[in-house]
Amino acid sequence: MLNLASPTVFLAVTRRTLPWLTPATAALFALGLVLAFAAPPDYQQGETVRIMYVHVPAAWLSTFIYGVMTLASLGTLVWRHPLADAAQKAAAPLGAAFTFICLATGSLWGKPMWGTYWVWDARLTSVLALFLVYLGLVALWRSIEDPGRAARAAAVLTLVGCVNLPIVKFSVDWWNTLHQPASVFRLGGPTIAPQLLWPLLVMGLAFLALFATLWLMAVRNEILRRRLARLTMIAAAEGDALARPLAARSQGA
Amino acid sequence: MIAAPHFGFVVAAYALTAATILVMIVAIVRDYRALSAALDRLAATRGAERGE
Repeated sequence: MLNLASPTVFLAVTRRTLPWLTPATAALFALGLVLAFAAPPDYQQGETVRIMYVHVPAAWLSTFIYGVMTLASLGTLVWRHPLADAAQKAAAPLGAAFTFICLATGSLWGKPMWGTYWVWDARLTSVLALFLVYLGLVALWRSIEDPGRAARAAAVLTLVGCVNLPIVKFSVDWWNTLHQPASVFRLGGPTIAPQLLWPLLVMGLAFLALFATLWLMAVRNEILRRRLARLTMIAAAEGDALARPLAARSQGA
Repeated sequence: MIAAPHFGFVVAAYALTAATILVMIVAIVRDYRALSAALDRLAATRGAERGE
């Protein structure tokens, strides 16, 4: 863990990990999709239940990634880990994308099952709030030029926003919602039939592997961006004409 | 399966998921290529200036 604090070591680990993680992710998705479409239809929902195999893993990831970002924020503010802010910055757009998948597929599942694309119930509204916090964090990173200040501001906002995580999880228990209560991660075990549960767990693993792959790649990009910014500043100080156009790239995204 | 009622919603959900994942992958790979190219250009120019 401490060794990974060095960007050079992290880049070496990424170089070794990505060549097998990427095909493993593709294989998990292939297996998950075969199982998802081979699984029997639900006795009430029919074929529509197949939306569950993308909606539920995306929902799991939307809160999991925020949990990862909360830890990274503690790493920035408390332990001053050199890669914590890069990890947090890289995870925010991925969290936003998976939360978007969760909201959009949930909406497409809601229309045939509930008769509406959207209701302002506690689960849906708290996930929408989570999505807006993700977008706020992405915007914050882009709007503050000084990386140190941006990291501290994003870490504070992430810690404030983590109050929403238990609300997302327990909203279906605390309030009367149209959204069903938890059926996989609950005390007393899953209530979902094994024929539907196994494809869901494999798809969950595939989504997790996808996040790990993209996150490693995005953190690597952040390290390269910082390296480029540092070298560009040195080049600019030495009067290098090439430094000006490169500076734009090093401050981007 | 395809003739089942509401199957269009299933197709739309999977298509939207695939499109979102594809956008994430393309954005990260393009960013990596642009950063690597910029670093290579900088290294080449600075190397040439030093006569390396």
